[in-house]
Amino acid sequence: MSAIPAEAIRAENQADSSGQYDDLVNAGYEHGFVTEIESDTLPPGLDETVVRAISARKGEPEWMTEWRLSAYSKWLEMPTPTWAAVHYPPIDYQAISYFSAPKKKDGPKSLDEVDPILLETYEKLGIPIEEQKALAGVAVDAVFDSVSVATTFRKTLHEAGVIFCSISEAVQEYPELVQKYLGTVVPPTDNFYTGLNSAVFTDGTFVYVPKHTRCPMELSTYFRINTANTGQFERTLIVADEGSYVSYLEGCTAPQRDENQLHAAVVELIALDDAEIKYSTVQNWYPGDENGKGGIYNFVTKRGDCRGHRSKISWTQVETGSAITWKYPSCILRGDDSVGEFYSVAVTKGRQQADTGTKMIHLGKNTSSTIVSKGISAQHGQQAYRGLVRIAARAAGARNHTQCDSLLIGDKSSAHTFPYIEVKNPSAKMEHEATTSKISDDQLFYCRSRGLSEEDAVSMIVNGFCKEVFNELPMEFAVEAQKLLSISLEGAVG
Amino acid sequence: MLSVKGLKANVGDKEILRGLDLEVAPGEIHAIMGPNGSGKSTFAHVLSGREGYEVTAGSAKLDGTDLFELEPEERARLGLFLAFQYPVELPGVNNMYFLKAALNAIRKSRGEDEFDAVSFMRLMKEKLKVLHLDDSLLKRPVNFGFSGGEKKRNEIFQMAMLEPKLAILDETDSGLDIDALRIVADGVNALRSPERSMIVVTHYQRLLDYIEPDYVHVLAKGQIIRSGGKELALELEEKGYGWIVDGEAA
Repeated sequence: MSAIPAEAIRAENQADSSGQYDDLVNAGYEHGFVTEIESDTLPPGLDETVVRAISARKGEPEWMTEWRLSAYSKWLEMPTPTWAAVHYPPIDYQAISYFSAPKKKDGPKSLDEVDPILLETYEKLGIPIEEQKALAGVAVDAVFDSVSVATTFRKTLHEAGVIFCSISEAVQEYPELVQKYLGTVVPPTDNFYTGLNSAVFTDGTFVYVPKHTRCPMELSTYFRINTANTGQFERTLIVADEGSYVSYLEGCTAPQRDENQLHAAVVELIALDDAEIKYSTVQNWYPGDENGKGGIYNFVTKRGDCRGHRSKISWTQVETGSAITWKYPSCILRGDDSVGEFYSVAVTKGRQQADTGTKMIHLGKNTSSTIVSKGISAQHGQQAYRGLVRIAARAAGARNHTQCDSLLIGDKSSAHTFPYIEVKNPSAKMEHEATTSKISDDQLFYCRSRGLSEEDAVSMIVNGFCKEVFNELPMEFAVEAQKLLSISLEGAVG
Repeated sequence: MLSVKGLKANVGDKEILRGLDLEVAPGEIHAIMGPNGSGKSTFAHVLSGREGYEVTAGSAKLDGTDLFELEPEERARLGLFLAFQYPVELPGVNNMYFLKAALNAIRKSRGEDEFDAVSFMRLMKEKLKVLHLDDSLLKRPVNFGFSGGEKKRNEIFQMAMLEPKLAILDETDSGLDIDALRIVADGVNALRSPERSMIVVTHYQRLLDYIEPDYVHVLAKGQIIRSGGKELALELEEKGYGWIVDGEAA
């Protein structure tokens, strides 16, 4: 993201009631527990040796090691971005341990061989990694800390020709695909965190859908940060070849911790001619305690490249967790007639801060993009929508529709909107709508006078507010997201 | 059914209700009329538990239960219903979904089985028929983008679905043209029953042409200053409020 100073719409909350529903908001974080499992962890600190050590432990080929080292040397020169509307103490990158893998004996071949403690953790989280999930048609590549420990339904996918594996495996088994696409959407030098990620990424997911193939199931990966003080540097690369389709679901939870945990993931999507990628995220990392202590820093770079003509990339995100979110899933609309979409619900409460939005870069002719952003702030929650729509000179007939709504709860929360619009082709059609509203006392009283509890009323109004986004989620995920939102906002209203 | 005794209530420092007494027996319809600022809406809001009012004296009991001890939702679950003068819009919240959630919250609190989708739909169809309404409003968000008439009809439909013991209609006639008024009044009449009482708060007599009350009360300066039968409403229509209010003052 470049920091382009532009028109900023600021919407401060001017409510009258104060803190009367705080007890309801303070419903504890449900997923706060720590699994006791031995970790093979590198000592804290980062230098060239550490980068080499990570690469060596993963048994990577020479080219991969070189790629990391080159990223590392460039990262050393890069400044931390400071333009986002978030505040946190400087991060000591030498205090972080850059590798942590659950110790495994010979590597599990099936779920039976997976460490039962791990499975128990997943079950506590309600992650249905086992047969039920398989029956539901979802293949899960579960990432526990940094190394994939279980993969299901690989076979069905294999028969369809779809490659769905950890990025480490892909480096070993499909080096030519990885070399061809890795870093082509998000180069290591893109920003500070992508530089860091490129140097030290430990694992992540690789998906390749061959030409004219519709992926036979929704692909799903659950990430979970576990070992204390271990940064998570996930790397995801999804390539949809010509005329293919894939839907990918990503969901996250993390156990309660004292120290801040850095998460700097990179996700790259590539859609070739007539291909479509749908990428959905439900993010529920530990947001910190009510004073903001101990939450996850979620500094993620997600970008999709509609490289082919008539290709489509759609991002849907529901962000309820993390202490700080810095995230702008974007689309580069390179191919003619390509389509980019961004649907987002972001919730900040307690001391959570989020600076999130998207970038739609229109390069091809007749490209179109849709942005629907719903921000909800409660208690001391701080939120900024930051979105860039750029229409390049050659992008004749480009269209964008942006809708950006903020809902404020209580009198201490705030929402800000920073829409950047750059149009260099006069044929572009641009629409921008923005609203800021509050859950009003009238609305709450109306619901309560019909017999609904205050919590139910809030959850109903908030879910109504987010409906357009939830409609974009796969059914199963939509239900989960709705539930998550209700839990997150229990009683957050005043 | 409802017993209100010596009710006094403030908004801020200002006393609005100044010792109001009212007894409503099952099956009765009471009209409360009065000039603007007499405390009619305040009375409706205080009974239903809206914030912003302070009860300083008196009591209000519904079937012996002190309403002022209860939260608004608890009053609703007990069988109190307020038809709003200005029904509130809930964007994105589906009308049917809203009603089902409300009805089930009420049933659950009474230890009754919650309705599943099928039995809820059945009940809904039955009520639509009784009220001669079509289902066009049900698929839309609650009151969102509704015309004034649609909003009021929706209130009456909610009342039919929730089957309250005591319904308070707060200026339901305001802003309605004569056709909409008739539809709403027909609905109310269809919901009359020996077990259900209603308090109809209105400024004008015309609503009472369609909803025939058992009693008419005149509220002025926070007190009921005159009670009578439905002929009192006609007298008020003819002479205005001045003659009673001034008469009291003098």
